[in-house]
Amino acid sequence: MKYRIIKDKVAGGVMTLFTLLSLILLVAMAVGLWLKSADILEEHSMWNLLTASEWKPMRNQFGFLAFISGTFYVTGVATVIALPTSLLMAIFLTEYSRSTVRRYIYPLLDILASLPSVIFGVWGTLVIVPIVSDIIGPAVGTATSGYTLLSGAVVLSVMILPLLVSLFIEILGNVEIDLREASLALGATRWQTTKHVVLKKGLPGIIASTVLAISRALGETIAVLMVCGNLIIIPDSLLDACYPIPALIANNYGEMLSLPLYESALMFAAFILFFIVLVFNLGARLYLKTIKTE
Amino acid sequence: MKKAKYIEEKIFRFLMVLSLILVAGFVFSVLWSIFSKGIPVLTWEMVTSLPGSGFYVGKQGGFLNAIVGSVYIVLGATFLGLLISIPVVFYLSVYLKKDSRFGSIARLAFDVLFGVPSIVYGAFAFTIMIVVGIRASLLGGILVETLLIVPILIRSMDEVARTIPKELLETAYSLGATKIETIGVVIRQIAPAIATATLLSVGRAMGDAAGVMFTAGFTDYIPESLTDKAATLPLSVFFQLSAPQIEVQNRAYAAAVVLTVIILIISLSGRFIMRYFSKNKV
Repeated sequence: MKYRIIKDKVAGGVMTLFTLLSLILLVAMAVGLWLKSADILEEHSMWNLLTASEWKPMRNQFGFLAFISGTFYVTGVATVIALPTSLLMAIFLTEYSRSTVRRYIYPLLDILASLPSVIFGVWGTLVIVPIVSDIIGPAVGTATSGYTLLSGAVVLSVMILPLLVSLFIEILGNVEIDLREASLALGATRWQTTKHVVLKKGLPGIIASTVLAISRALGETIAVLMVCGNLIIIPDSLLDACYPIPALIANNYGEMLSLPLYESALMFAAFILFFIVLVFNLGARLYLKTIKTE
Repeated sequence: MKKAKYIEEKIFRFLMVLSLILVAGFVFSVLWSIFSKGIPVLTWEMVTSLPGSGFYVGKQGGFLNAIVGSVYIVLGATFLGLLISIPVVFYLSVYLKKDSRFGSIARLAFDVLFGVPSIVYGAFAFTIMIVVGIRASLLGGILVETLLIVPILIRSMDEVARTIPKELLETAYSLGATKIETIGVVIRQIAPAIATATLLSVGRAMGDAAGVMFTAGFTDYIPESLTDKAATLPLSVFFQLSAPQIEVQNRAYAAAVVLTVIILIISLSGRFIMRYFSKNKV
């Protein structure tokens, strides 16, 4: 009899430990990356690192501005493309379509959601890059290789589409049917109802979901790296190359051990990425939680 | 006035259908580009042989090393991942009260961990490995993929485990069971969720490139021990595609087809199970 109770206590202890360890992992990552970036922060001020755009590790110049702006531009443009598309699609699926339509659309979204990053990268080099270099480039009168900010953003937008659509469907589905019926009964069209009632009610959730999807897009590595050109410049136009932070880390990990500061700089890059993603993700989740409990 | 609203309705209806066609177009475009490029160049030799001499300038050989490496890493990570996540899920749903503060903080933390990019996991694991003295190896790859999938496993199993009726557990308690002894009941209840979560995370681990890039390295051989380097399919696609030779690039497309087919089978069956069981839930 005693044995069983002891077993229960031990198991409980072990499981508490497992759960705690997973929590500690989050803290450990922050602390670990921060400690690793201490070396570079000793030599250069944080402000300098974040606002300088000269990146020459061999000459002790570590400016992250090009990478930070690359990350934000590529994610920003991707969001601009993906947001209206996914919102319209979610509205169509929740407000307009019959369930038979949904039965055919969901598997498509599932496929999109499950394909690995590198496959989107291959698709980008095969389809998007040629379109940009052969059609869009000449159309606006710029010679471009096709490996551009725009290509990266298009690929990235396709990758976050399924996440956005599924988050939006959940948000829109939570709006009470009574509200819609009240609006329809007053003679509003379906779109008017959607615009004035459903979207208005769902707006906070839509914003939070978008932030969540952005946090996912910020860390996307291989697919973007394969199509965005990877030149260390601050992009001026959509047809410039760009160099996001994840690509910086992935491209240089092989050489980073050659210089102690180089490694520290890349770990600082990882820390920046971790920090931005953490803030976006945590903020969006906490906000979504308060909406849900209301 | 009355007309305007109907015109607006029409315009937006059109835009919605357009967005639908656009997304469907994307899906078919992705699949078509991979399959039309890869299937014609895919040969039996590629999936059954190791890279031969002169492989990276377009000579004979295949990418069996990458297939086997990926399978090893995914199997190891899934095993470890389940070993960690099942107790955690059990703890969250049986040991903790429904409104437990610790529970909600833990769930939030797993959500956030789920959102951490795999490149950050890779970089973090890499620094840890340097400190501990492990080189890029099969073990490193398994560990980083475990970190990557544990949050997915926990969150998707927990979602179902939370809906287990309290009465069910109370029945077990009333028969004299301790909390740990209800684990059989709980596991039976969440069995479909375990299956789905496993398949989802296998798909995720199989397709991840950024995490294993640092930690597993790349090699032409099949790893024979945990300390050997291990190749992976996504990296095999990535590296071969950046080669200038057409033959090598073609092999990248062929590897992409293999990867896509594996992922589609795994993920879609996972999602199918999920949908099938959630449909029958009250």
